Amino acid sequence: MKKILAVDDSASMRQMVVFTLKKAGYDVIDAKDGVEALELAKKSSFDAVISDVNMPNMDGITLIRHLRTLPAYKFTPLLMLTTESGTDKKHEGKAAGATGWIVKPFNPDQLLAVIQKVIR
Amino acid sequence: MSIDLSQFYEVFFEESFEGLDIMEHELLALKPGSKDSETLNTIFRAAHSIKGGSGTFGFNVVADFTHDLETLLDQIREGTRTIESEHIDLFLKTVDCLRDMLTALKNSEEPDTTVANDISRQILAILNDEGTPSSNNTAQSGPVEPPSQSQDHSNGGSKRWHISFKPQSHLFKTGNEPIFMFQELADLGQMSIEADFSHLPPFHDLQPDDSYLYWQIELIADCEKEKIEEIFEWVLDDCELEIRCDDADLPDSQADDITDEQPVEVEAAPEPLIPEPIIEVAPPVAERLADTNAVSESGAAQSKKAESTSIRVSIEKVDSLINMVGELVITQAMLSQYSEGEFTENRRMLMLEGLSQLAHNTRELQESVMQIRMLPISHVFNRFPRLVRDISQKLGKKVELKLLGETTELDKTVMEKISDPMVHLIRNSLDHGLEKPDERLAAGKEETGTVTLNAYHQGGNIVIKIIDDGKGINPEVVKQKALDKGLIQSSDELTEQEIIDLIFLPGFSTATEVSDLSGRGVGMDVVRRNIQELNGTVEVSSERDVGSTFTIRLPLTLAILDGQLVTVGKNTYIIPLVNIIESIQMTPDQLNNVGGDMELFRQRDEYIPILRLYQIFNHDGAVENLTQGILVIVDSEYGHVGLLVDDLLAQQQVVIKSLEANYQRVEGISGATILGDGTISLIIDIGGVISLAGLKKHQRKQTRHMAVS
Repeated sequence: MKKILAVDDSASMRQMVVFTLKKAGYDVIDAKDGVEALELAKKSSFDAVISDVNMPNMDGITLIRHLRTLPAYKFTPLLMLTTESGTDKKHEGKAAGATGWIVKPFNPDQLLAVIQKVIR
Repeated sequence: MSIDLSQFYEVFFEESFEGLDIMEHELLALKPGSKDSETLNTIFRAAHSIKGGSGTFGFNVVADFTHDLETLLDQIREGTRTIESEHIDLFLKTVDCLRDMLTALKNSEEPDTTVANDISRQILAILNDEGTPSSNNTAQSGPVEPPSQSQDHSNGGSKRWHISFKPQSHLFKTGNEPIFMFQELADLGQMSIEADFSHLPPFHDLQPDDSYLYWQIELIADCEKEKIEEIFEWVLDDCELEIRCDDADLPDSQADDITDEQPVEVEAAPEPLIPEPIIEVAPPVAERLADTNAVSESGAAQSKKAESTSIRVSIEKVDSLINMVGELVITQAMLSQYSEGEFTENRRMLMLEGLSQLAHNTRELQESVMQIRMLPISHVFNRFPRLVRDISQKLGKKVELKLLGETTELDKTVMEKISDPMVHLIRNSLDHGLEKPDERLAAGKEETGTVTLNAYHQGGNIVIKIIDDGKGINPEVVKQKALDKGLIQSSDELTEQEIIDLIFLPGFSTATEVSDLSGRGVGMDVVRRNIQELNGTVEVSSERDVGSTFTIRLPLTLAILDGQLVTVGKNTYIIPLVNIIESIQMTPDQLNNVGGDMELFRQRDEYIPILRLYQIFNHDGAVENLTQGILVIVDSEYGHVGLLVDDLLAQQQVVIKSLEANYQRVEGISGATILGDGTISLIIDIGGVISLAGLKKHQRKQTRHMAVS
């Protein structure tokens, strides 16, 4: 089973993402900020990481930058959840090593479609 | 996949309300011109989360409303705009407005958008006024562009697409996988693909991490160019991409005509269509089922919400409870083991030991359960910075609010009920207590007045103080007012403290003009009554030009009460210890009679009316001779009153059972409890007993006159 790490500081979004992905048959672990996510990512391995951008302690872009430097996450799809429809954040994210992004608001189907772009 | 989003609503609302509280708190701490990025970030994040969540969960009214707010906050956060006090005011209004909207949505009502529209206009005005051009653009384009996911089939007819995809060597390190993109393309129609190996380096130069292949793709599909671009969206910066439509478009009719010639193509076109209807047939049934579930669930949830509220309990508290229950189970097992077989002296000792352990466990368990209901008083205190800010602005006064002892814990029910009286007292301090800046300067004080809220535990009580450094209560003014209202007679000789206490009498209001703050028709008498309903007391002390202090004393919980057990005839009653001043054995020379049936007990120049409890509760066989019984002197809103009882028993903590819930309301009784021997004992409601006895303020006044003359 493919294992996904979902990171968001908002409990409701986190629940929604986790629930949707689990229902689609993925194994999902969640974290509430970048710091927690990085710890988890170091402890075990994930097939994909999907992270919010604006979070306390460590934001999503910093998380992606850190993850990309880890050998285990060199090729791992790292996705950003963002409301920033402007291109600035996307470029910032890409520069940090993000694979792609999904713009909030999104519905469960859109989320799955995006996940399927990177893991099949 | 059909997922019922409503299951996440409750969490969303909960966290949104929390977010709003945080926003409010941070906004209040924010000074105009502040560059405190942590604070600004926190505010931004809260707004951002609410926007994201409300959009995702379909509360578009809220999402649209927060959009411009977010833009403005973002500019401030990024430093392209300085925060001004008008922004803070506007943001605070926004917080209120969002709270109202979310509350409405939570109750499944349509939120009122008039306020929101008004605020949106103001925010837009700020954004458009002096905003940087780029921010203007975002503001305007923003609300219009919810990402559309529509698959446009209307422009029917398959087209032949030529795609040249030349990724840069680092493509894999972005986590993107060309194979998945090609699979996505293949889902659109008929695809053929050719890899270009020409850039593959000699083997010894080959980096295994890099991508060296280019691809030429031909796609025959009924889709728009955007659809294809979307697939490559994430790698646009990491590749050379060329998407070209073959000039020889295949128009609709032609596509039909050439069925025979190009069977592959036609087959390809309907292919993506076929699975769709199948999927679409299935969900309606499932959805309908889900819907009915949702309806019944939300119905149940709603009725639940109406009658029960929830508290958040830290996992440690729950763990300690479970631990305690475990102990209890062990003790129980131990006791039942000892009770088996022959009963020897040794066994008796062991049993006694077990029982004392049981007592110990029970007490600990009780304390832990009580702990669960305990919340830090900061839950109430946190409301006040905003209140003080708004009121002081309205009054044109400068006020600093100091909060002390915010972590002091208090029962949740008590907390909910103490909030309103505190609001009133704080308003009062701001309105009547603190002076205007110029008055303060003239009086040699600092321009800014201080209101201090302090909470701490004392014995089994919580003490809350509301202290202001204002002008204090003027006894002259109070006395004059009381005379005007006929609450006292001009012949009354009252001490300064007694005069100040008059503000708690019903029908008293010191506001010379009715302001829209404290003068809302609720007087201090209501404050006092509310606090008394919680078995608490409120006192005031005041010094001219130095300030006033209101002291509220409350039991930590409403579920347990420290009581004095007393007997009346064959019955045991409980008098709340907090009300008792002293208990006295009377001598005949201390007794007086007034107006026939009014008996008074004289103590240190004070005449205390005596109520015979056995008369009030119609008990036979009680001690009727005053000098043989005991007089329990209690404090009430009518002053000191003596209750005649036969005897005093122990003082103990009793668990309060509601009579109203289990039987019906009984005048003079506030509740019941079960004593150690299994009998039921009633808890006396002092105020109720007094009104049962018909002792009203009127008589009280008479006794006061007696005392004076």
